[in-house]
Amino acid sequence: MLELRYRGSCPSPGEAVSPPPREGEAAGGDHETESTSDKETDIDDRYGDLDSRTDSDIPEIPASSDRTPEILKKALSGLSSRWKNWWIRGILTLTMISLFFLIIYMGSFMLMLLVLGIQVKCFHEIITIGYRVYHSYDLPWFRTLSWYFLLCVNYFFYGETVADYFATFVQREEQLQFLIRYHRFISFALYLAGFCMFVLSLVKKHYRLQFYMFAWTHVTLLITVTQSHLVIQNLFEGMIWFLVPISSVICNDITAYLFGFFFGRTPLIKLSPKKTWEGFIGGFFSTVVFGFIAAYVLSKYQYFVCPVEYRSDVNSFVTECEPSELFQLQTYSLPPFLKAVLRQERVSLYPFQIHSIALSTFASLIGPFGGFFASGFKRAFKIKDFANTIPGHGGIMDRFDCQYLMATFVHVYITSFIRGPNPSKVLQQLLVLQPEQQLNIYKTLKIHLIEKGILQPALKV
Amino acid sequence: MTELRQRVAHEPDAPPEDKESESEAKVDGETASDSESRAESAPLPVSADDTPEVLNRALSNLSSRWKNWWVRGILTLAMIAFFFIIIYLGPMVLMIIVMCVQIKCFHEIITIGYNVYHSYDLPWFRTLSWYFLLCVNYFFYGETVTDYFFTLVQREEPLRILSKYHRFISFTLYLIGFCMFVLSLVKKHYRLQFYMFGWTHVTLLIVVTQSHLVIHNLFEGMIWFIVPISCVICNDIMAYMFGFFFGRTPLIKLSPKKTWEGFIGGFFATVVFGLLLSYVMSGYRCFVCPVEYNNDTNSFTVDCEPSDLFRLQEYNIPGVIQSVIGWKTVRMYPFQIHSIALSTFASLIGPFGGFFASGFKRAFKIKDFANTIPGHGGIMDRFDCQYLMATFVNVYIASFIRGPNPSKLIQQFLTLRPDQQLHIFNTLRSHLIDKGMLTSATEDE
Repeated sequence: MLELRYRGSCPSPGEAVSPPPREGEAAGGDHETESTSDKETDIDDRYGDLDSRTDSDIPEIPASSDRTPEILKKALSGLSSRWKNWWIRGILTLTMISLFFLIIYMGSFMLMLLVLGIQVKCFHEIITIGYRVYHSYDLPWFRTLSWYFLLCVNYFFYGETVADYFATFVQREEQLQFLIRYHRFISFALYLAGFCMFVLSLVKKHYRLQFYMFAWTHVTLLITVTQSHLVIQNLFEGMIWFLVPISSVICNDITAYLFGFFFGRTPLIKLSPKKTWEGFIGGFFSTVVFGFIAAYVLSKYQYFVCPVEYRSDVNSFVTECEPSELFQLQTYSLPPFLKAVLRQERVSLYPFQIHSIALSTFASLIGPFGGFFASGFKRAFKIKDFANTIPGHGGIMDRFDCQYLMATFVHVYITSFIRGPNPSKVLQQLLVLQPEQQLNIYKTLKIHLIEKGILQPALKV
Repeated sequence: MTELRQRVAHEPDAPPEDKESESEAKVDGETASDSESRAESAPLPVSADDTPEVLNRALSNLSSRWKNWWVRGILTLAMIAFFFIIIYLGPMVLMIIVMCVQIKCFHEIITIGYNVYHSYDLPWFRTLSWYFLLCVNYFFYGETVTDYFFTLVQREEPLRILSKYHRFISFTLYLIGFCMFVLSLVKKHYRLQFYMFGWTHVTLLIVVTQSHLVIHNLFEGMIWFIVPISCVICNDIMAYMFGFFFGRTPLIKLSPKKTWEGFIGGFFATVVFGLLLSYVMSGYRCFVCPVEYNNDTNSFTVDCEPSDLFRLQEYNIPGVIQSVIGWKTVRMYPFQIHSIALSTFASLIGPFGGFFASGFKRAFKIKDFANTIPGHGGIMDRFDCQYLMATFVNVYIASFIRGPNPSKLIQQFLTLRPDQQLHIFNTLRSHLIDKGMLTSATEDE
């Protein structure tokens, strides 16, 4: 991660597209590709290089300009370039962490907006790379369509979330009722409109390009939008389910880097030559410890532990509840070998801390695969960073590449091991059924509850 | 559609470089140029002619144009007869057929990807693509089985554990595939591998999700499976006929053979066909009832009291049509009204799926997806218009016909904690009392 990040003063991404015949003479001027022969009219055959057998034929995409603020540059002008880079990265890291804390303080709604903002930016970054790879700025329809699909998918997911969590709020408004009831149909109709627009926009000689961009858009949506919505669902479970996984990944990044910096010797994987086994294993242990401690600290506060609910009386989000057993201290007897080490018979822990070990383990062992995936992607398309939004760090995607799988894992973990289906969702679905069906279900449930002894037959509750 | 289909006898899997110059008689749109740099974009070789010898001999004396017409006609009838046989055999066989069609479609699209990117040299990739197909199918089938065979699953201990942690297991399997992909990245082949990865995922998205929605529709009642598919097939055939006899104005540049006359004629013909077909089918229980799994007999049963949708009702004809037909009221199944919506979608939007597939074939310079069905091309060629239909029917059912599945709700309810169950029970009770469905007196049953 300590590579020098000098950037030549290239034109900003908007103008980085050179006309197709000159693509062979871009930044890596010595790449003589087959594309020099495509001065012919058939633009589709430009893709000889796109479908080429090896990567060496592919020209580099020119990098964007340096965006380090002038202030920083002046303050650090005296240092050598290596340390200057280190300082920039360090300052930006601290800035991002403080921003993170600030937003946590401001509450779950702001967090939701932040997640949405990050998602849109990630989408934008990946799509921009796609445009540059395929030089498809000439097809302005496509930018509109990509953003339109983003809007559709977000509408679909947010509608499902809103319907679930704001059931009481939604019941009140008539128009919202209509939208909720036919939500799937409306989302599908919106998507179909986009699909038909795509088909109608197919232009002779650009078919392959358009199909590539279509697929690129969909895969990007699959990665970024679904993950961000799983993050928001985790958030609604309780802010701790959002904070601990994300911090574990960040901690793993930082500690693996530090361990690698000080002790690194054996390379880990050819894809990322700077990663080492020492960093990997050191990062694993420190992340588990960090997760353990963070879970302990956060489990005390209702603010973090309670599911986010929308109260209609105060018209805002509240996080107040009776903490579930996961977040109540319990005493565990230590297994013998730990007893000998710690010289204690028992220890009192939150059960959540045991879960945090699972989360941290995933963050350290499998999370990096998301980072390798992104590294492979950057090498495949010969880009240095996804974008240059954050000076010293690259784009937003560069920061979030290890988080890809974490959000899905936490969501699957919660639904499999922590809680069953969402009770309010079950209730909501019950209320939508036909009255006869409701009556049937009521009778079945009654029998079941009486059998289990939860309901006393003679008692009228 | 009556292009000549002379095919030179090639081996199906030979590398494309040897064959590019001689494979294609005619490709709609651009023809491939033959300079070195465009080797990859040359048309892909078509597989050998699969027309059975029998047919070849029988039709050998006809001119090639009529021969083609006859081959297509015979195969069309064969496919329709096959369809009827499978319907007769029941939902289980239908499910298996859907799954086979899905696998074949996936195979066809992936093979095209391999041919486009010449990625046969990366054998890991074929394994990974099939592995991902297996994972996604496991996930979807697990969800379906858990929903519909709830009691069976609860009885068997291993099945119960598998279904309880189903999502986690599916996710783990997928992750393994993801990690294998990352570990298999080879220097100098990164872009190719990422393309194949993206290609695989988009194919899965299209093919597998659609096929599972088809199965969901099937379980709603076989009529929800048969009517949409028949409407799309009918639209295909009718549009072709109308276009053949009356076609004049081209419809879209993508498919030069489609005409406005075919499109509109096909639309009206399909709506009428849908009305008639749903009238015929709504009379039979085996088509109309949801498919259920009976624990006692350990088999599928389609026996129930038909819902309101499938009971004849009287409708007043609006004045306009009254004067034309001369009847005051007409007896119809409410389902027939829905069938109008389904047929409309099949005729108006379904063809977009076909245009999408045409555009895809032109983009990658292939004539057909494969050559499985003589005279018709691959399985994907037959199913391209069905892409959107399955999703539409599923969304339609979920939005307009039924709410959530009651048995699924009960199943979810039973997994909740007792205090949550009690809370929901009480809320439901007060709701029912409010609605007057339940009075305090009836509580004592």
